[in-house]
Amino acid sequence: MTTTLPVLRTERLGRTVGQSVLVSDVTIEVPRGEVLAVVGPSGAGKSSFLRLLNRLDEPTSGSFSIEGRDYKEFPPRELRQSVGLVMQTPFLFPGTVEMNLQFGPAQRGRALGPSEINSLLERVGLLGYEHRDVTTLSGGEAQRVSVARALANDPVLLLLDEPTSALNEEAKMGVEQLLLEIVHASHLTCVVVTHDRAQAARMADRVMVMETGRVQKIGTVAEVFGA
Amino acid sequence: MLKYWFAGHLALGLAQAALAASVALVVMFIARRRNIHLEKDISLALIRGIVQITAVGTVLVLLLRGPRWTGGLILLAMIFAAATISARRVRAIPHAWKVSLYGILAGAGSVIALMSLAGVIDSAITALVPVGSMLIANAMNANSVALERFRSDVQAHVGQIEAALALGAVSQVSVFPYAQASFRASIIPAIDNLRSLGIVWIPGLMAGMVLSGSPPVYAAVYQFVVIAMIFSSSSLTCLVSTSLVRQNVFSEADQLLLRSSMQIAQ
Repeated sequence: MTTTLPVLRTERLGRTVGQSVLVSDVTIEVPRGEVLAVVGPSGAGKSSFLRLLNRLDEPTSGSFSIEGRDYKEFPPRELRQSVGLVMQTPFLFPGTVEMNLQFGPAQRGRALGPSEINSLLERVGLLGYEHRDVTTLSGGEAQRVSVARALANDPVLLLLDEPTSALNEEAKMGVEQLLLEIVHASHLTCVVVTHDRAQAARMADRVMVMETGRVQKIGTVAEVFGA
Repeated sequence: MLKYWFAGHLALGLAQAALAASVALVVMFIARRRNIHLEKDISLALIRGIVQITAVGTVLVLLLRGPRWTGGLILLAMIFAAATISARRVRAIPHAWKVSLYGILAGAGSVIALMSLAGVIDSAITALVPVGSMLIANAMNANSVALERFRSDVQAHVGQIEAALALGAVSQVSVFPYAQASFRASIIPAIDNLRSLGIVWIPGLMAGMVLSGSPPVYAAVYQFVVIAMIFSSSSLTCLVSTSLVRQNVFSEADQLLLRSSMQIAQ
């Protein structure tokens, strides 16, 4: 008998800073290939939850595992390479698009070949942009580069923190469509934080609603938002 | 003008101090009119300054008559004090005192020791302490600038640093550009001192040597020696402290600790 381990499993995961409870008692499982949207009002703990999964912040209670391996068993850098994070703001590094794509693999002593660079750029619809200076990119293009930069590490889990909220309407739809195509084509497991319920409904298989750091509701789009 | 009104050294010194302090107070009132409130800082600093330097001067008179080894002790105490003052500037940085102490010890301490052994600094307590204190004070200032610049740069670039960490970067590499920038900023005064020596300013040590009868050319060359030592000790201090501080702003799990409370509570 074989059991398929979920890509992400959290067990009463929480983080408290001083008197503030940022995340509390989050227990979920995300199977391979699923897109889970995390929605909720500002200050609900959505981004704080995501930061725990990339270990940018340390959980103060509970635990989580990636493909059955407890997060403490990973050296932090290895965990971060396995769990890609795309932030609300792209925060590209000074230099060219290619230099940004090479950054993650270079951290483990690997250099991407020209065909790998082209493949990544093709996935984000920016073929031919490898020598462009990042200062010349539009907001939407910069966010596409930050998605490609995260994908360059070949993560098993992709975390998207409000990936379109800093973009204008046109760029927003383009990046959202692109993310959907990438996630479905690669059968990538993904946790996306958004304050936009319509976007959550378009992108996700399941939705988790958070408020004051706690999970209020979790289920399919229809179960959470109604038919 | 004051010389005509005040006969004794002490009276003259106090009158000069009062006049210098009143100019500082005028500056304070001008700043206040522009809504920059420095009253408390400047008043306290002026009072502290005069009390401290008078007390130290009195103690030095006694110590300077002591055996040579007391010079080393005095300088060591000065290094501890310098580390404490420098660390107060950057309370947000974890272990700032240790970083400052190791930096100033390695920078000013090693240059003083080496130059004393080589005979560049006379090991007589009357030469060792004043020259050593100049190196320590300048190393302290450079260290404060370096750490403060590093703190502000890191806090202003949390997004970029965490973007690098999130991609698996080595934590110390992710803050390397900010450590480099703070080192550069910290040694600008020492470089400018070297560049402007004799053109923009004639330092007090040279003036003192000439007044006490040293040949002016030797006094000038020795002033260059002191400024070069200040440059070396300040630079070395900041090289050490900016290297050490990179380790101290991350947790064991390579999480950036140097974030504002607002950023932490997000």
